[in-house]
Amino acid sequence: MKEHDVVIIGGGPAGLAAAISARKAGVEDIIILERSHQLGGILNQCIHNGFGLHTFKEELTGPEYAQRFIDQVEEAKIPYLLDTMVLDVQSHKVSYINKNEGMVTIGAKAIVLAMGCRERPRGALNIPGYRPAGIYCAGTAQRLMNIEGYKVGSNVVILGSGDIGLIMARRLTLEGAKVQVVAELMPFSGGLKRNIVQCLDDYDIPLKLSHTVIGIEGKERVTGVTLAQVDDQRKPIPGTEEHYECDTLLLSVGLLPENELSRNAKVRISPVTNGPVVDDTMQTSEDGIFACGNVLHVHDLVDYVSEEASLSGKNAALYVLQGRLEKCEIPLMATDGVRYTVPQTIDVKTMAPLVTVRFRVGNVFKNRSVSVYYDDKRIMCIKKKVLAPGEMEQVILQKKSFEAYPELKQITIKIEEA
Amino acid sequence: MDYDVMIIGGGVTGCSIARSLSQYELSICLLEKDEDVCSGTSKANSGIVHAGYDPIPHTLKAKLNVMGSEMMPQLSHDLDFDYKQNGSMILCFDKENLPKLNELYDRGIANGVKRMQLLSGDEARALEPNLTDAVQGALYCPTSGIVCPFGLTIAFAENAYANGVQFKFNSQVKTIDKIDGGYKIGLAGGESYTTRYVVNAAGVYADVIHNMVSDKKLEIVPKRGNYLLLDKEVGDYVKHTIFQLPGKMGKGVLVTPTAHGNLMVGPTSKVVDDKDDTSTYSTDLEEISTMASMSVKNLPLRKVITSFSGLRAHEIGDDFAIGQASGAPGFFDAAGIESPGLSCSPAIGEYVAEMIAKVGNVRKKEHFITTRKGILRTKDMTSEERTSLIKEKPEYGTIVCRCEQISEGEIIDAITRPLGARSLDGIKRRTRAGMGRCQAGFCTPRTMELLCEKTGMTMEQICKNKKGSELLEENK
Repeated sequence: MKEHDVVIIGGGPAGLAAAISARKAGVEDIIILERSHQLGGILNQCIHNGFGLHTFKEELTGPEYAQRFIDQVEEAKIPYLLDTMVLDVQSHKVSYINKNEGMVTIGAKAIVLAMGCRERPRGALNIPGYRPAGIYCAGTAQRLMNIEGYKVGSNVVILGSGDIGLIMARRLTLEGAKVQVVAELMPFSGGLKRNIVQCLDDYDIPLKLSHTVIGIEGKERVTGVTLAQVDDQRKPIPGTEEHYECDTLLLSVGLLPENELSRNAKVRISPVTNGPVVDDTMQTSEDGIFACGNVLHVHDLVDYVSEEASLSGKNAALYVLQGRLEKCEIPLMATDGVRYTVPQTIDVKTMAPLVTVRFRVGNVFKNRSVSVYYDDKRIMCIKKKVLAPGEMEQVILQKKSFEAYPELKQITIKIEEA
Repeated sequence: MDYDVMIIGGGVTGCSIARSLSQYELSICLLEKDEDVCSGTSKANSGIVHAGYDPIPHTLKAKLNVMGSEMMPQLSHDLDFDYKQNGSMILCFDKENLPKLNELYDRGIANGVKRMQLLSGDEARALEPNLTDAVQGALYCPTSGIVCPFGLTIAFAENAYANGVQFKFNSQVKTIDKIDGGYKIGLAGGESYTTRYVVNAAGVYADVIHNMVSDKKLEIVPKRGNYLLLDKEVGDYVKHTIFQLPGKMGKGVLVTPTAHGNLMVGPTSKVVDDKDDTSTYSTDLEEISTMASMSVKNLPLRKVITSFSGLRAHEIGDDFAIGQASGAPGFFDAAGIESPGLSCSPAIGEYVAEMIAKVGNVRKKEHFITTRKGILRTKDMTSEERTSLIKEKPEYGTIVCRCEQISEGEIIDAITRPLGARSLDGIKRRTRAGMGRCQAGFCTPRTMELLCEKTGMTMEQICKNKKGSELLEENK
């Protein structure tokens, strides 16, 4: 059995950044396994701009952003396999399949999970009605339009205000389709504010909050959908039904980290993020398996994916070079409006001088503060004008801040009145 | 005459009859209104092979059920489709209804069902730990099974084709006229064919077809059933097929693993007017979850990957209408085939074929091909087997459908084999590509490309299923 030091599963933005930083940290023997026929992952179909503002201080398109990392991988001569699907991951072992080698199992001193996420389909929502052609997940439609160059429809209703749905509202409009409305079940959008402004407001596309699709018509192709307003329990309110004639229904109703491989590898999965539970080195519950990117938790900006993946790749390399360290992990608790944190634990002895803790809130909050407690002592309080579920938040914890708390049991992050 | 026999309808009943008839020296043609076999009721049902305790003893239904169920294991081997004898339980929730379980047991004995057992609530829970505490007793039936309804129908069709049966798709029957020595069948497209015998296996439309020729009218009422399908992650939540004893809450819903390893819950039962009304309703979907929660505790409904609806072809006389139609010699019905129709289908095929052979006084062929090989399932192969296959045929090394791990090779086979798929749903039913948890989100573009490459269709011509369900618009 061939063995590699670091095996990276996925050649999207997370996998690429992890590979580059693992090499920088001193590991030679790295391999990236990518299921598609090219590196870059989902960025290849994201032809709009707005990527890289944090990382490169300039506005790039998705393929441009990806190319910057692909170039670094090529320069560093990090090997990768394309059209290669990983079928199984176990501690220190990865099995994959491709047409050149067949089915192969390789050894791995460290593994980085970077498989990304998938879209929640119509079926998972139990939207009643027929099952005609013309119902697309927004990302599938995006691929068909931007990569294959086809037109998915001309008269469109969008359900869900996730970022891909918002981006596609603009994209379809630019391609000559009529986007009538974007309906969102929740009383707030799940997308970035800047996307609502630039993709809906600028094109006069109405966003109907607290609305959902309650019926799909058309036996062969979609001919119409019925929207209704929903109450606090997210149940449709009778009498609020509105019918829209359309040929296409686009769904942007949530992304799910793709953790089938992780589950098989017995990696502990958080029920909130649907991604692995990780410590401050991005290591999962399984020895030598690290995670980063959208397989860990769904991000809003790829810049954060790259940053987090660099950390994951670096720590995978350190794991290979130094072996596993004894851990003394302190849990990070998310309460009072904070849905989760990544990482979920920190080792205050071995941690880096600065650790970024990312999280999302569960509702829209105005004029509140994000507070960090060490046990019951508040040590940080950051005022925020607006906190929204669509935007990822972060706090940075300093290693030296823990010196005064040798008996620390837990760290808590919560939203409080400002 | 153009043909000896024309079969109307390419569902499981029509395809089984086609296969059984193809054992005889007959020229046979099957007409299907949609683009593929298995496009109606046969594609949307519970996929259960009932053991046969349900039908009233000595009825045709009882006879065909037990016979069909007994044929299934050998047939799944010969024709290479998914079938598993997983056993079933009928649950009783009220002490006063326990005698009804005994009645079913006695009926099963009368029908010739083997190895049944009456269980207490605790015994049932010992076999199936996720049953609720409300279960007071159960009838356990180890010979009940689960089958892939697509696999079964397609296997019948392909084997019939291999034995000389012609298939005409997109061929909706508009008229049937009695002519000397047979019938003349007119299609919606204008063409017409003559045949000595007609078999009516038109499912929910069987009454329309029947009433074109017979003096005694038939009425088929579609009864719609909604289902929920859950992720394979929870596919072993129950191992047996869990039924409910019919009671004041209606016929009850089932919870079952499918032949593919998903978990399925349903169906509801609502009479509808429209013979194509396969929509789902939120009230039905809620009803399913409420009802199923009586049987199984903490049903993981967050793991639903899709919901769908199918129509039972219910004959208002409540029995199978199989045989020569009144006033129409040479016209044979196989109508009103609702549950346990799937279980009965192999037996219905034999029964109708023998009937026609007798009337026509025809002999069996000398060389009937009894077996058929399905599409390779690389996921189930060992890594050595896969590697040597890929060495020879590299297309089996590229995975297109991630969720179900379906390779290009399997999709290409589904398209290029006899009676190959011409639509995305056709590929899905043959290979499971697109049937997993992402519901074709990732594999759709590549599957469409393969369909274009192998058939010469353009991307804009590709349909989800029948004509009119094109996925893309022409770029103008």
